[in-house]
Amino acid sequence: MRSPATRHAFRVNGRDIEAHVAPETRLADVLRDTLGLTGTKIGCNAGDCGACTVLLDGRQVCACLVPVAQADGRAVETVEGLTRGGRLAPLQRAFLDHGAAQCGICTPGMLMAAADLLARNPHPSEAEVLDGLGGVLCRCTGYRKIVEAVLSVGRDDVPVDVAPPAGRAVGARLPKTDGVPKVTGADRFGADALPDSAWLTLRAVRNPHAHARFRIGELASLHTRFPGLVAVLTARDVPGANRFGIYPTGKDQPVFAEGIARMRGEAVCALVGDAETIAAIRDEDVPITWEPLPPVTFDAALAGGAPDLHEHAPGNVLCRGRLIAGDAEAALADATLRAATTVETGFVEHAYIEPEAGYAQRLGDRIEIVACTQTPYMDRDEIALILGIAPGQVRVIPTATGGGFGGKLDLSLQPMIAVAAWTLGRPVRCVYTRPESMASTTKRHPARISAEAACDAAGRLVAYRFHGDFNTGAYASWGPTVANRVPVHAMGPYRVPNVRATSAAIHTTDTPAGAFRGFGVPQAAIAHEALMDALADRAGIDRLEFRALNALRKGDATATGQVLDHSVGLLACLDALRPRWQALRAEAAAFNRAARGPLRRGVGVACMWYGIGNTSMSNPSEMTMGIAADGTITLYSGAVDIGQGSNTIMVQIAADALGVPADAVRLVHGDTDRTRDAGKTSASRQTFVSGNAARLAGEDLRRKLLALVNAGPDATIAPDLTIHDGGRVVRPDLARLAPDANGDVVVGLGRFDPPTTALDADGRGVPYATYGFAAQLAAVEVDVDLGTVRVTRIIAAHDVGRAVNPTQVEGQIHGGIAQGLGLALMEEFFPGRNENLHDYLIPTIGDIPPIETILIEDPEPIGPYGAKGVGEPALIATAPAILGAIDHAAGVRLTRVPATPDRVRAAILAKSA
Amino acid sequence: MGRYLRPASLAEALAAMSAAPRVPLAGGTDHYPARVGVSPDEDLLDLTAIPVLRGIAEDETGWRFGAATTWTDVIEARLPPLFDGLKAAAREVGGVQIQNAGTLGGNLCNASPAADGTPNWLALDAEVELASAAGARTLPVGAFVLGNRRTARRADELVTAIRVRRPPGPARATFVKLGARRYLVISIVMVAAVAIFDRAGRIAAARVAVGACSPVPVRLPALEARLVGERPDPALVEPADLAPLAPIDDVRGTAAYRRDAALTLVRRALAGLAA
Ligand SMILES: Cc1cc2nc3c(=O)[nH]c(=O)nc-3n(C[C@H](O)[C@H](O)[C@H](O)COP(=O)(O)OP(=O)(O)OC[C@H]3O[C@@H](n4cnc5c(N)ncnc54)[C@H](O)[C@@H]3O)c2cc1C
Ligand code: FES
Ligand code: FES
Repeated sequence: MRSPATRHAFRVNGRDIEAHVAPETRLADVLRDTLGLTGTKIGCNAGDCGACTVLLDGRQVCACLVPVAQADGRAVETVEGLTRGGRLAPLQRAFLDHGAAQCGICTPGMLMAAADLLARNPHPSEAEVLDGLGGVLCRCTGYRKIVEAVLSVGRDDVPVDVAPPAGRAVGARLPKTDGVPKVTGADRFGADALPDSAWLTLRAVRNPHAHARFRIGELASLHTRFPGLVAVLTARDVPGANRFGIYPTGKDQPVFAEGIARMRGEAVCALVGDAETIAAIRDEDVPITWEPLPPVTFDAALAGGAPDLHEHAPGNVLCRGRLIAGDAEAALADATLRAATTVETGFVEHAYIEPEAGYAQRLGDRIEIVACTQTPYMDRDEIALILGIAPGQVRVIPTATGGGFGGKLDLSLQPMIAVAAWTLGRPVRCVYTRPESMASTTKRHPARISAEAACDAAGRLVAYRFHGDFNTGAYASWGPTVANRVPVHAMGPYRVPNVRATSAAIHTTDTPAGAFRGFGVPQAAIAHEALMDALADRAGIDRLEFRALNALRKGDATATGQVLDHSVGLLACLDALRPRWQALRAEAAAFNRAARGPLRRGVGVACMWYGIGNTSMSNPSEMTMGIAADGTITLYSGAVDIGQGSNTIMVQIAADALGVPADAVRLVHGDTDRTRDAGKTSASRQTFVSGNAARLAGEDLRRKLLALVNAGPDATIAPDLTIHDGGRVVRPDLARLAPDANGDVVVGLGRFDPPTTALDADGRGVPYATYGFAAQLAAVEVDVDLGTVRVTRIIAAHDVGRAVNPTQVEGQIHGGIAQGLGLALMEEFFPGRNENLHDYLIPTIGDIPPIETILIEDPEPIGPYGAKGVGEPALIATAPAILGAIDHAAGVRLTRVPATPDRVRAAILAKSA
Repeated sequence: MGRYLRPASLAEALAAMSAAPRVPLAGGTDHYPARVGVSPDEDLLDLTAIPVLRGIAEDETGWRFGAATTWTDVIEARLPPLFDGLKAAAREVGGVQIQNAGTLGGNLCNASPAADGTPNWLALDAEVELASAAGARTLPVGAFVLGNRRTARRADELVTAIRVRRPPGPARATFVKLGARRYLVISIVMVAAVAIFDRAGRIAAARVAVGACSPVPVRLPALEARLVGERPDPALVEPADLAPLAPIDDVRGTAAYRRDAALTLVRRALAGLAA
């Protein structure tokens, strides 16, 4: 129970304010809840993320760690105070122009830390910027553009195209169309969008055991003890199916567990009431009897004999994937040079800085869900099943989403708030705590991989054999996607005539593993790149040249039998890296020859490829673009921007297609009542698939508009919709046309579904319409006595088809590299042991080296203006490049990641023993 | 119902503690993270409005660090080389936000095995000044920190300061911290060392403490004894010197690794003293 409220007077952004709250209330809560200053974000409430950074008497502090009593009489500055007279401060402008804000959830904290630094030190060095901003985590940007932005303040190196002319938006460095609210703090994320009417608060009570039977007892006494408790919802309260899951056949996850909880952190019931009551009820107060059951670990499940967790998954095998081309066994047996490896990876947490948050309200026979998400349309359909209503009765309004990376593709709190709001008839909110988010939401699949590859004496690959077991945890989630995607990519972006690649997704009582940037391909890449290095060494060929020799080229067939006719830019990537590779390798070798101390340097190279869009499945996007009677041009995009930038890309593409400047296009996004289904933000598909829908919508609108005035196809359209057709200047009479539900009088529609085919029993066919390719170099310095690894440089060459917005493409690459670095060196989630950002380490601003990005534009004819996707490709090559560099530096090949200092040191000791 | 008190004087604070023990609260950087998603029913005593608890004072006998002195205060203070290790630790505690709020007293009282302050205080041979309404007492840091999250502080007492005696000769100090990332990282192992030199530049007295390798950071007496009369030299360190350590396996590293890394860090600390 909290202390009685007392009066607290202090200054906020130059204004005197008073708050009547309990003195120990976190300043962050007072700013947000009492003063409505939701620009200050809460990512952890524990000092670990820095999203809540504000200035207290001019010094940066975590507002989540300051009792409001300590603010008494002092000056607090928040992000809202940076803007003066409605104008962005130079620092905010710099963030916008440099693309330093992606999802924007960390941006207020970054800005305040930077403001503190710059006030003390107007011309900081790069090292000083790192020190000054070291307390704020960003999961999206890879930090480098933030560093650039802070260093640029006061200099005028503006890298932007603020207002590209009509037809020139694609390819321009347009600042984010939704960027201004991200740098002012005005953007509304899940926890910022909660109306007072949704004061009823929901908190899940979760299974504290890995695996348990349970019974919920008589709840009357709980209600008596806590009169503010409005309801305790259990499985019985779910009106429709108490089941959800990504695949129509994989709906195996209950909203509330029924008698058996298969994982730690699984919701067994939910408490609904006023916030204070809900916070005061401890899990132990709820009458639940637990009977812990033996956990089904990955080892136990693989060994067989563990009890089946689901009837439909005998032997705990959820599904298998396979790809057979030629005869890998025979080719391996005959081959001159062979190499084999086993790779083991752990759970990786998405660690988006925004924990899940949102609210639901019932409006008659409809329900509205306002929450952060990556996939409004799938949410809508799943909520409909859970409530037993039609999808049309569900409206999903995505808030700004503070990072997702795959982790917000699955439902989290939506089913619970939907059930609560639906059954109680009152709006209900829920905000996950960081530990709750980490304990209950999906992770990257831990993998156990064994792989073997062979080449001939000239270094040409002849065979690749791969098997990967993936720990998919307690529920199916995206397990099948991983099992299907991995075999296609298992051998890497190389010509290999004989392939046998198999995979299995295995159920355990661990946290469900779902979608995480790359769907299993990053794990597989660690194996294929280790083998490329090993074979290159055996064949006596330079590691980069070995890859170039075997790289897929235009006209090659992949192992699935798909002939790649266009946009295969891997060789161009390697060509671009070659001079830097040679120079860096030589530098490292010279350093090591001269080294007396414990430091050794090394350089690694890795290649990747990645099929854009869903594997062999229809995954269409639809978009509309309309013109209202007053001439307002609106693009209706159901593609959710989780920071990756689709809100900007779609506008750039559609504007060019229509033939107007990008700033003439207004964007409505996400809302399932106003947009059309643009699929989910995953599989790096939005630029390629939804971008095409945006292009087609723009082109359709252009045709219809020109037809209104009988203008020819080459006519130009001015932003005020005056049409110049040859010598003729006309204005369509929009006022006489009837508006649709959105108020538009002319509407263009675009639909695109990437052409793929089903795969046969051997996994052969056309799984993806196009592929992204990349090669990256990593330079590292290893302290061989401590096993610590410092990445000193990354050079990334990516074939993106066409960079619709180069700043954003670079931003995606930087962010992916940061996550790849985390995967390689520090990130491993252990259920129940590191469910916070204190013990679960993600890279900080000081861990990311300078990154050079080289964009290769080998256009994809069916991509919008040649574009492919980059979201996931960004990450995949990084970990193998770093592991290769460690090998070069210290002579040890780590195949268990993350390569934490203890593992690296153990490998070094084992080698010298 | 919990009550929150934020007195402006130490006397008031001690009176309150003697009336009924309360949970002291300083920078809150250990307090709040332990209360994510819960608001326990507890009476709090906020120490940050008591001027005498904050700041660094020096007299002929030595230095007195007020318990509510922040890490930033340490970084910004003019201090002799004796405190180079403490300063290095201050710069590596959390990020700037944590350094601005977190206090020396909070760090010590929280008694985490990985508290970066504690090995420094051990190496500085510091004393903890405790006060209660009944009077004051001092304890060597080694007698104050008793175990993981356990100290010798009585429920009615507050830590008011940490005191360091002036060394008899020129002194140097160093601190080395090993973590798995650059910022915001809890130490896997850390080592603090202080050496006091005679006129010939030989070690007259040395203290070396290792943290995160035992429930309480510990000193290495065998090594300290061997260093006397020598110049700082990593070659003087022997693996058996680490016998007092009792590292464990956790998410940050294995016990075997900690022992191995501690040896390297102790050697580097000595190299640091030579520099
Ligand atoms: C993101 C993050 C990073 C961190 N990094 C580090 C790190 O690198 N190294 C490290 O050592 N620590 C680290 N910490 C821990 C913490 O910041 C430090 O230990 C800090 O010095 C604690 O001081 P405080 O004033 O905030 O303590 P508080 O949280 O206010 O108090 C801590 C404990 O001490 C008690 N207490 C405080 N003052 C007194 C007193 N005068 N008398 C009696 N009892 C008292 C309180 O009751 C409480 O139990 C980190 C914390 C966070 C959140
Ligand atoms: S919310 Fe304050 S540091 Fe994360
Ligand atoms: S932009 Fe930094 S966390 Fe998303």
